[in-house]
Amino acid sequence: MSGNKEEEDPRIHGIKTKIRVVPDFPKKGIMFQDITTVLLDPKAFKDTIDLFVERYRDKNISVVAGIEARGFLFGPPIALAIGAKFVPLRKPKKLPGETIFEEYELEYGNDRLEMHIGAVEAGDRALVVDDLIATGGTLCAAINLLERVGAEVVECACVIELPELQGRQRLKGKPLCMLVEYR
Amino acid sequence: MFAAENGLKGDPRLEAISAAIRVVPNFPKKGIMFQDITTLLLDRKAFKHTIDIFVDRYKDMQISVVAGVEARGFLFGPSIALAIGAKFVPLRKPGKLPGKVISESYELEYGHDRLEMHVGAVEPRERVIIIDDLVATGGTLSAAMSLLESQGAEVVECACVIGLPEVKGQHKLKGKPLYVLVEPSGLDEFC
Repeated sequence: MSGNKEEEDPRIHGIKTKIRVVPDFPKKGIMFQDITTVLLDPKAFKDTIDLFVERYRDKNISVVAGIEARGFLFGPPIALAIGAKFVPLRKPKKLPGETIFEEYELEYGNDRLEMHIGAVEAGDRALVVDDLIATGGTLCAAINLLERVGAEVVECACVIELPELQGRQRLKGKPLCMLVEYR
Repeated sequence: MFAAENGLKGDPRLEAISAAIRVVPNFPKKGIMFQDITTLLLDRKAFKHTIDIFVDRYKDMQISVVAGVEARGFLFGPSIALAIGAKFVPLRKPGKLPGKVISESYELEYGHDRLEMHVGAVEPRERVIIIDDLVATGGTLSAAMSLLESQGAEVVECACVIGLPEVKGQHKLKGKPLYVLVEPSGLDEFC
């Protein structure tokens, strides 16, 4: 899928055309990649999930970790199809039980990602899912959380990559699978 | 209406679902017995049962839209939508959706919050189900219904995994049917 332009799966074009770009959101200069329009097209949404499921179903993935909130739209269907647990990685104070957290940088200041203690076990093989990778900061925080409890992060999976922001380099050497690039 | 009263009485899947839900006392504040569905998502069989029960119910009802309430409605809604061939529409907290939105406010214990939906996501006369993890007072679901009906859609049913005691005996929410899989876990120990 990622980087194999000559062999690009025909379903990818259909998905790409469904992504709506919204200029100047959340602020001027940002071309926001809106995936809600993909979810409005049952075929495009199904193709998105199928492409990831086909890639991961024979890789013995035991946990899919999805990043709040748009990772929740793609992660659970993938988890169900490949027979893995789903673990939500959330903003602070949303998870009710005991948690561990990892800080990551925003443009101004920091934020935190939290995970329930006990959700993921040592030896779990994990996939991290989000709708988009930009700088890679959030995904890196997710990888750290999973590795801290002894899981092995097999890959990160995103629908969209913004390659100019070089998020790929911030994944602690973990591979990235994406469907659509936006330059 | 609870699933057990509506054709699924004694269904072992409901027990498995109920057993997989963790109760966290005093979250987010003292006195609340929080129903944590993250443990349901860790139980692959019970999670699949949850989705299957909703899919079996809705697959022949010509539902063209599944609307899910942020954020825990996002954990269940998309899988249901995919399985029944419907669109998924996220209903979000203010400022998250990038395009033009309509919004509806609803009451919290102290103050208000708002729910937003993209204009154009839903068309007139579409048949919609609304999904959330849990229904308590029904305030959020009522706001969700208002958003969808304002666009001319028909809300066929509201569906939740868990229904708090306030809703037991209520089959309808603002005149629309309410379908719930299980009651809260762990309350009997504290009554």
